[in-house]
Amino acid sequence: MSAPTLPRDSRAEFLRAFKRNLTAHGFLIGAVLCFSFFSWYPMVREFLLAFQKTEGGATRWVGWDNFAYVFGDPNVWQAWRNTLLFTGLALALGFVVPFVVSLVLNEFRHAQGYLRLLVYLPVMMPPVASILLFKYFYDPGYGLFNRVLEFLHLPAQDWLQSTDTAMLSVVIASTWMNMGGATLIYLAALQGIPGELYEAAELDGAGLLRKVWHVTIPQTKLILSLMLLMQIIATMQVFVEPFLLTGGAGPEGSTTTVVVLIYQYAFSFNQYGGAAALGLCLLVLLAGFSALYVRLSRDNEN
Amino acid sequence: MRTNVRRNVAAALASALAVTALAACGTSSSADDKPQASGGSTDATTPLDPKTKVTLSIDCMPPAAKAAELKEWKEDVAEFNKTYPNVTIEGRSTPGQCLEPPRFTAMLKAKSQPDVFYAYFTDLQQVLDNDGVQDISAYVTPASVPALDDIDKNVMDVLKRDGKLYGVPTSNYTMGLLVNRKLFQQAGLDPDSPPRSWDEVRTAAKKIAALGNGVAGFGEYSVENTGGWHYTATMYGMGGDIVGADGKAAFNNPTGRQIVDNLHAMRWEDDSMGKTQLLKWGDLQKQMASDKLGMFLAAPDDITYMVQQLGAKYDNFGMGPIPGGAATLAGGNGYMIKKGSSPDKVKAAIAWLNFKTLAVGKGQFRYDRSKADGLPVGLPQPAFFTGASKAKDDELKAASATMPVANFKPFLDHPVPGKPEPVKAQEVYKVLDKVMSGVLTNKDADPAQLLGDAEKAVNQVLGNQ
Repeated sequence: MSAPTLPRDSRAEFLRAFKRNLTAHGFLIGAVLCFSFFSWYPMVREFLLAFQKTEGGATRWVGWDNFAYVFGDPNVWQAWRNTLLFTGLALALGFVVPFVVSLVLNEFRHAQGYLRLLVYLPVMMPPVASILLFKYFYDPGYGLFNRVLEFLHLPAQDWLQSTDTAMLSVVIASTWMNMGGATLIYLAALQGIPGELYEAAELDGAGLLRKVWHVTIPQTKLILSLMLLMQIIATMQVFVEPFLLTGGAGPEGSTTTVVVLIYQYAFSFNQYGGAAALGLCLLVLLAGFSALYVRLSRDNEN
Repeated sequence: MRTNVRRNVAAALASALAVTALAACGTSSSADDKPQASGGSTDATTPLDPKTKVTLSIDCMPPAAKAAELKEWKEDVAEFNKTYPNVTIEGRSTPGQCLEPPRFTAMLKAKSQPDVFYAYFTDLQQVLDNDGVQDISAYVTPASVPALDDIDKNVMDVLKRDGKLYGVPTSNYTMGLLVNRKLFQQAGLDPDSPPRSWDEVRTAAKKIAALGNGVAGFGEYSVENTGGWHYTATMYGMGGDIVGADGKAAFNNPTGRQIVDNLHAMRWEDDSMGKTQLLKWGDLQKQMASDKLGMFLAAPDDITYMVQQLGAKYDNFGMGPIPGGAATLAGGNGYMIKKGSSPDKVKAAIAWLNFKTLAVGKGQFRYDRSKADGLPVGLPQPAFFTGASKAKDDELKAASATMPVANFKPFLDHPVPGKPEPVKAQEVYKVLDKVMSGVLTNKDADPAQLLGDAEKAVNQVLGNQ
């Protein structure tokens, strides 16, 4: 047997494999083109733009000037504080509420399908419609929420119109809009827990809370931590809710988030460079969280 | 600025498209921008030779949805072509606002603006920065624009830089105090003499709010740059300024403080400004059109919006001069001509603009036709004529008025000098929004701190030219 040279063999191998998967490659080309035009190219441009200035019809390199401008702007620090506040509140509310709701839903043996649908309905509503609805609910003069508080003999709130409550109000609306999806994921995880574990816990005399603590939480730990990371990544990029509910500012700028500020830099002030620089900072931070997410999900598979 | 705000939402949505447009339109300038070799004259002072063939692309032709306006445009083109048969007008229509800032910026950067393009008064600096506009000083003379000497000098000056003229106005606005006549009468106030000072505004607002039923006396904006815009207008009315001659913030002073204190008192002591705050352009109009608001600072075309979009009636509104009356925020829009256009093109453009937008009794000032076409006639603005042209224009307008013009008498009888918006207006307004939202949403707001912080932020914006 003569030994054929290795390169020719592997080339033929490659061609054979390519021909075998011709259809698959055909499909892939479309996706690759779309991603390169609409995702990867803009990302590269954004990166370049962060180091350029585009005034006066020309583009020139300015090094770290855009970053210096961004970090010299007091609004940036306020925006980061607001974003962290939103993320914190969104985790406290948006993480716990769907989990509790899924626990409750899981206890229902009848009509669970309908209840699932009811919980998921808000997700199907267009975000703008939900937000307009909440805008009316929050109105301090005629809003539904203050009417309810009045009925319960509780003090009326300023909701979106006070620096103390504006961000919380945004988070409540956001949680309501997004909790359906998270609830369904938790529910699926809960239903994957073997019933014997609960039976064993019951035989050992565990009550509801101890069952949740010793069985449910350990069994869903991975899903919970993945969801936590995904929520951090999503909430750090919040834009629609503060932009539509409070015009992107709120009382004394208390609901301007980082992404809202990026938007304002680019489209209100023509500061494309500043917008790109700030976007890059956010990207770096979120890339860290994403790496963590990838690592966790790999552990999950193992 | 007022129009800027209205556009912001649409502009946001259009911005992605604008970037694409930037890429697509990069090469649309054509060879005919160069001076023509034959048949033309390079002398700016000689009139356009009727034999010269010129094609003009022009922004802001009314879209098909505005049927009456489009019909008038076409009639005007036909009429104009009787005198200049060799000038071809290529109108380009825009579906929404004639100018959306992101699209406008993209167009300037790609040098793809039409030969005759639409711009806001505040756009001049940006247009010059992009080297996109033709100096038309030599072409605009009493020979080419007969009413020239009767056009308000303040308006023309806005379109000049270093003594050179870069555009002609098509409309202008100044701000005043818009009042709801029904609520004024119900509160026992005289709608024919609206408040002239902030003390009077405060007193009147209290009386109107006392009507109850959710009625507010006075309303004010505080987000999406409209808060800062109105703070500026209020400041001008009281004789103050936003940016001083030294190029630094000039509002952290007793006048600026007085505005904040007055709003705080109306909002929290008198409770005459309603509970709902964080309002922007469009919100106060809705309240006033539904008889829930007595007064707010506005330009006359807010009334058109309330009547045409919100179903209100013209006779329910009136206007007075801006409280204080020292100066009022003025703005407007006009047409500019693309840099590098041939002299014949410039002459043809001036001839068209004169016919369509600057001649008493013609084009946009043919009130009898507007009335017949069901368009509103009788609002006090646009108004940039003075002298004999003004008298004639007023007479024609009154003869075809479709609304009670007497309601605007207080505004017209006490003209307040117009003052342009500050430099970097939008960025400055964004900062001042915080002052407005602070005082209107926080009972314990610290005015000194609000103004101090805003002063620092504005100086930062101004320093970053």
